[in-house]
This record gives sequence, C-alpha cells and structure tokens, in this order.
Amino acid sequence: MIRQFTSAELLFLISSVRWTLLLSAIAFVGGATGGLLVAFARTSTWPWLRATAAGYIQIFQGTPLLMQLFLVFFGATFLGLNIDPLAAAAIGLTLNGAAFLGEIWRGCIQAIPKGQWEASTALGLHYFTRMKDIILPQAAKIAVAPTVGFLVLLVKSTSLASIIGFVELTRAGQIVNNATFRPFLVFGVVAVIYFILCWPLSLYSRHLEKKFGTVSR
Amino acid sequence: MNYVFQFGEVFNAWQDLLYGAWLTIQLSAMAMVLGLIVAVAGALGKTAGPRPVRWLVDTYVEIIRNTPFLVQIFLIFFGLPRAGVRLDANEAALLAMVVNVGAYATEIVRAGIETIHKGQIEAGRALGLKPLQVFSYIVIFPALKAIYPALTSQFILLMLTSSVVSAISAEELTAIANNLQSQTFRSFEIYLVVTGMYLAMSLMFSGVFALIYKVVFAPTDVAR
Repeated sequence: MIRQFTSAELLFLISSVRWTLLLSAIAFVGGATGGLLVAFARTSTWPWLRATAAGYIQIFQGTPLLMQLFLVFFGATFLGLNIDPLAAAAIGLTLNGAAFLGEIWRGCIQAIPKGQWEASTALGLHYFTRMKDIILPQAAKIAVAPTVGFLVLLVKSTSLASIIGFVELTRAGQIVNNATFRPFLVFGVVAVIYFILCWPLSLYSRHLEKKFGTVSR
Repeated sequence: MNYVFQFGEVFNAWQDLLYGAWLTIQLSAMAMVLGLIVAVAGALGKTAGPRPVRWLVDTYVEIIRNTPFLVQIFLIFFGLPRAGVRLDANEAALLAMVVNVGAYATEIVRAGIETIHKGQIEAGRALGLKPLQVFSYIVIFPALKAIYPALTSQFILLMLTSSVVSAISAEELTAIANNLQSQTFRSFEIYLVVTGMYLAMSLMFSGVFALIYKVVFAPTDVAR
C-alpha cells in the first residue's frame, strides 16, 4: 500500500530537522573545543606536539568522513560498548571537525604579525596571557568567516549519519520515500530544507570575508 | 574488552580491495575530467555570458554547494528514473559526482580566469597576436598555474567523497568493503584497512600532484 505525500509526511520531514540541528550543534561545540587544542598544538614551540597535531589533521582530512563514522560506530563494539547512532555520529563529526577547525584556526593564529608575538614576549607575558589578550582576539576576527563556512560543511556532513542509521533529515527523507515512492518530491523537499539551512550561512560567510578582507575557502 | 582482532579474512580479500581502490580512482578521475568540462563552460558563462546565463550558473553553483552530496545522489538515482531516465547505480554515481564537482570547480576556474590581467590580453593583441594565440601563449599557462593547487585538492576531496556513492551500491572501494563486511562480520578490521587505503591514496596523489607542480609550474615562479 503506497501512502500519499500529505502534510503529515511534510511535517515529519520538517520535524526531523531538529535532529540535524542537534547533531550539528553537538559536533560544532565538540569540534570547536578539539579544534582549539589542535590549533594550539599546531602552533606550539614543541616540534613533537606540532608533528602530532599535523598527523592528526592529515589522517582526518585524508580519509573519507564516512569511514571515520564507520570506525567509531563499529569500533565501539570492539571496546565492548553499545553505542547508539547519534553518539557515534556526534563523536565521529567531533573528531573530524576538530581537524578541520584546527587547521583553519592555525592559519588565523599564524596570520597575526610576528611583531605582536615578539612584543608580547618582550613585555614578559606568559603564554596564556599572550594568547588570551593579544593573539586570540585578533585571530578571532579573521577566523569568523571561514568558521561560518565550516558550519555549512558541517550541516551537510550530518547527512552521512543517516548511513549509520541515525534518523535525521536525510534518513527521514528515505523513510518517507520508501512509503510514498515519490523520490523527486521527497528528496526535492529535503534538498530545499538543507538549502534553507545552509544558504544564509554561506551568504553570511561571504559577507564577512568581504568585510574583513580575508580570502578563505 | 575481550575483542580479538582478526585481519585474516580482510587480507584474504586483498585482490578485491585493490580492485575497489582502482575502481574508486577510475570513477573519481572520470568524474573530475567531465566535471572540468562543466566547470570551464560554467566559468565562461559566468564571466562572459549574458545575464540569464550568469544567473543560471550562479543558481547551479549555489544549489550544489548548499545541499549534501548524499541528497544529490538520491535525487539522481531515485528521482531521474521516475522522469524516464534509466540509470544504473554506477552511472548515477558518476553523474552525481560530475554535477557536484562541476559546481565547485566552476568557482575555481572562474577565479583562475580573473587572475589574468586585462592589460596582458591587450598587450598581446597590440603585438599583433590573434585571439587564439593570445589565449594559448599568454592566458592559458598562468591561469592553469593559478588554479592547479585548488583543482588538485578538489580532486582528492572528490575521491574521498566518492565513498558516499556506496549508499546506492555503486561499485567502488567502500561498496566492496560493505560487501566484505556482510560476509565476514569483521567490520572494524575491514574499515580500518580500507581507511588506511584511502589515506594512502590521498597521500600518493598529493605527492604526485606536488611533483608535477614542481616540474611544470615552479620553474616559472618570479622572485618578488
């Protein structure tokens, strides 16, 4: 029995957006925390710490996100944990986001003129004071645009959580499509919803780029 | 923690996995070449085309860049047959990848075209060169040099993204890993090995691309 695509189906799709948003939010907070650590490690004066962070970034940027999600999902079993798809997706996206944000923010930290570092060292400022009061406030300004750009990538990436069985927007689309068999309509609506989420962020990121005169991809 | 790693079954299937890696490279290379044709057309349309064409290219680029690749695949694989276009999984995967990378590369190629200073073209014309000569002697090389780094990293990104086409069971490395997983239930071992293979592939390609840059483009660097 094939169901019709009615307002109930549309409502189901729209209400599943909250899972996409929740997953994006968790992954962004986690990724930002990890990313800050990665960025500090990448700009550290200790070579081994820099190398470790570089290796971390290389691994996460050099392998498919889907594989990373699979490894977290199936890796939990090998640790003897029963992990639900939301947790697996959140952990996977957090680890991945930390690598991407770490690399973006490394660039922003290194873009601060060397004189600022030297001056703050000459003033006898401690590493944390120097970072908190001198470097980060300036780096944050150039970091906003690429970070908003990363958010677009993140929202789109959450769609891969559907493959490990988490019911967010894309998975909801598959469920509705299986029941109604109207693929063009269903996935069209899903695409429109993603577009509504992402496009304003893209525009805002581009606006910020122009405002601060930085080029980022 | 009483899990025992068993890589035996994974390594027994090494021929299948290598074949899968080859399929992934083939699929990505094909998609990249076709995507570049789309991109050049798109970039020309955006820089030199009339207003409606520019608007069309902009819309295409924005739609692709602001929706997930997975949804694009589903639209093409499940949607197009309903419109009377019959595609098997591999064709749908290739088409989705071409449409996707075409949009990203359009922006890269457009930026490349814009790096060429107008004065260069005018100078070439003033020297009596024909438009085609201006293009092949003056424009093409610096434009290629400008877009080469972005295009090659786009290719590696495309190759990694291609693992997503396993969702419609198109034949490539991840799909082969999924099959192997359902036969042996050695999920973690299989995906660990396959992740390593993807890493090796992206390292290999970025190495080769850097070498090509060094040989072809770096000698023309101007000291500033």
